[in-house]
Amino acid sequence: MAGMSAFVAALSPLKDMDPDDIPSLDGFLQNHYKEMSDQDMSGALQRIQDEVKKRYQADVVVRDVKPTEGVEFVYALNLSRCVGCRRCASACVEENNQSRDQDMSYIRVLEMPMGTIDIEKGDHTYDHPTVPADDHFYMPIQCHHCAAAPCVKVCPVGATWTEPDGLTVVDYDWCIGCRYCEAACPYWARRFNFTQPELPAEEINPNMSYLSNRPRSKGVMEKCTFCLHRTREGKMPACLEACPVGARKFGNVLDPQSSVAQILKTKRVFVLKEDVGTLPRFFYYFDERAAQHEPPAPEKLAPSRHEGEGR
Amino acid sequence: MKEYGRFLFRCFRVSFVGNRMYHAWMLLLTVLALIGLNAYAKQLVQGLATTGMTDQVSWGLYISNFTFLVGMAAAAVMLVIPVYLYRNRELHDLVIFGELLAVAAIFMCLAFVVVDMGRPDRMHHMFMKFNFPMSMLTWDVIVLNVYLLLNMHICGYLVYCAYHKRKPGALFYIPFVFLAIVWAVSIHTVTAFLYVGLGGRPFWNSAIIAPRFLASAFAAGPAFLILTLSVLDKWTSYEVPRKAIMTLRNIVTVALIINMFLLACEVFTEFYTGSAHGVSARYLFLGLHGHSALVPWIWTAIGLNTFALAVLCLPVSRRQGWLNVACGSLFIGIWIEKGMGLIIPGFIPSPLGEIVEYTPTLNESLISIGIWAFGLALYTIFVRITIPVLSGKLTVDRLYEFGAATVPAESDASSTGSPR
Repeated sequence: MAGMSAFVAALSPLKDMDPDDIPSLDGFLQNHYKEMSDQDMSGALQRIQDEVKKRYQADVVVRDVKPTEGVEFVYALNLSRCVGCRRCASACVEENNQSRDQDMSYIRVLEMPMGTIDIEKGDHTYDHPTVPADDHFYMPIQCHHCAAAPCVKVCPVGATWTEPDGLTVVDYDWCIGCRYCEAACPYWARRFNFTQPELPAEEINPNMSYLSNRPRSKGVMEKCTFCLHRTREGKMPACLEACPVGARKFGNVLDPQSSVAQILKTKRVFVLKEDVGTLPRFFYYFDERAAQHEPPAPEKLAPSRHEGEGR
Repeated sequence: MKEYGRFLFRCFRVSFVGNRMYHAWMLLLTVLALIGLNAYAKQLVQGLATTGMTDQVSWGLYISNFTFLVGMAAAAVMLVIPVYLYRNRELHDLVIFGELLAVAAIFMCLAFVVVDMGRPDRMHHMFMKFNFPMSMLTWDVIVLNVYLLLNMHICGYLVYCAYHKRKPGALFYIPFVFLAIVWAVSIHTVTAFLYVGLGGRPFWNSAIIAPRFLASAFAAGPAFLILTLSVLDKWTSYEVPRKAIMTLRNIVTVALIINMFLLACEVFTEFYTGSAHGVSARYLFLGLHGHSALVPWIWTAIGLNTFALAVLCLPVSRRQGWLNVACGSLFIGIWIEKGMGLIIPGFIPSPLGEIVEYTPTLNESLISIGIWAFGLALYTIFVRITIPVLSGKLTVDRLYEFGAATVPAESDASSTGSPR
């Protein structure tokens, strides 16, 4: 008898469980994204909309935006232009309904001393009144949407995979939260919800999709999706639109006229950690002429604070 | 079937009977396990933010303990090999204690994995979409569970036969014993491959990790058994053959020498090359840019292991007291080496070169201690049941003499009801 009561007492913190955290039966029984029928999907989207409404008191539209055939998305980033203002990182947090109190931005900007591209020499927490700092360049890093993605390989339940248009996505309703993918990623591109994301209702971006920016629950992984709810409909990713110096280029590499296809053809591009064999779809390049002869001297900007929350 | 139910019921009852020491020990373990359960309930409510883990160091104390305990489970076969391959008779009766340790250790492993999961409520997704054979984690799920079943079968069969005073049919367990030997190597190898297979983590991406895991496990596992047997020898009527302990001592000594040799090989490669890939090792052994949280840990581990090795190589370790000291210190040394010395530094610095240090929080420590207490309680109960059965005091026609034992001292025991 004493044993039983001790057992119950030990479990007593469970009574503080937020009822919204307890999975609904529909959520519990929901199938994997790829296994869902159209009807299952519309049911799931409705359920998610209702849950967002209940938790955040916000009216939102959650859609399932599908890839287009003949499209493979690629990102190219001009290191000669980037000034390290971190506006991309802040825009990412807003667009993707990320938790405001955790360091969740999918983009990390490193301040690099001239003369090296060894990212271990980068400064993650630089904090100047204006950027760029003299004798430094800046290297934003986010998910590289690898063609041979280690995170996809290691996931025990197939909750993360590569879409036909090259995007590595997560089914937040399928992830079991083992964080093996986070250990596997060589680019530190994945983020885990260690607690319930804190997201003010008035700041919610109501244009949501199942595989990208709908609110996540605690205990699951999330990551950059190249803003697929925008880019699959012909728009540019939020980080690109936020960039004040045009350092970011994005598009369909299978279209020879696209800017990214041109950059890959004409510029000296490189990928990070090519030796780990991940075949990234995220390329860096320098403007050769500018870098060698006339270093760009853009006007100085006030940067967003580190942690992507300096808004 | 009904007969088996009665057997289980009798085992259940025996597990509540014992002297005052036994009750105090079990009470302590129960309290610790409940405190751990309480801490886990808090973690369920608030999420893994109650741990010291971050996006940079995304595995911590739980996975460290998991890794260590896989080794403990695998090490059970270090008793089995001499018995069945080399016909070492002294160890024969002790095999069962190794197998029982394996069962308890696997239960602890599974518990550590579950508490590490962000969404344990989605465990069933494993059955619905199993990324086999790509994900090493799926391999680990398979090998661990099969190993658990193998050992439960072997132990259960041997004990049940003894209960019925039957001679165990060789066909029913010997093939499983041999399978379990191979399987034991596989569980620790696959667990090593979890880490080794990650190209983005140079600290783990080394072929020597699997052999190191095995060597350290084959030192720590038998060391734990020596400690268990010495407790049994001292506090119970069970007599442990001296020669068996000495055989185990030899196993521990050789495994520890190999383990330290492999560690030295690793250290040489990391430091002499001077490559940027050695940066985690530098952080671990020397500290990096003023961050040195793990430095005291690893040097403590090396100190304990060196001390243990020195004692084991000297004749004093023939005395049980010194042998226990050596076993205890190498057990702790290897526990540190596998957790703070192998899992954590793999994350520091992060793949982007950021140094974020890791310190376990109180809550996750309580959960870990709770799981250890739960596992030790399981093991104690297993041993408690097995000894009277194997020594013929509890059989199908001879009920264990409950009256002979001390009167149950606390409420836990009295709640089981009076003897029939």
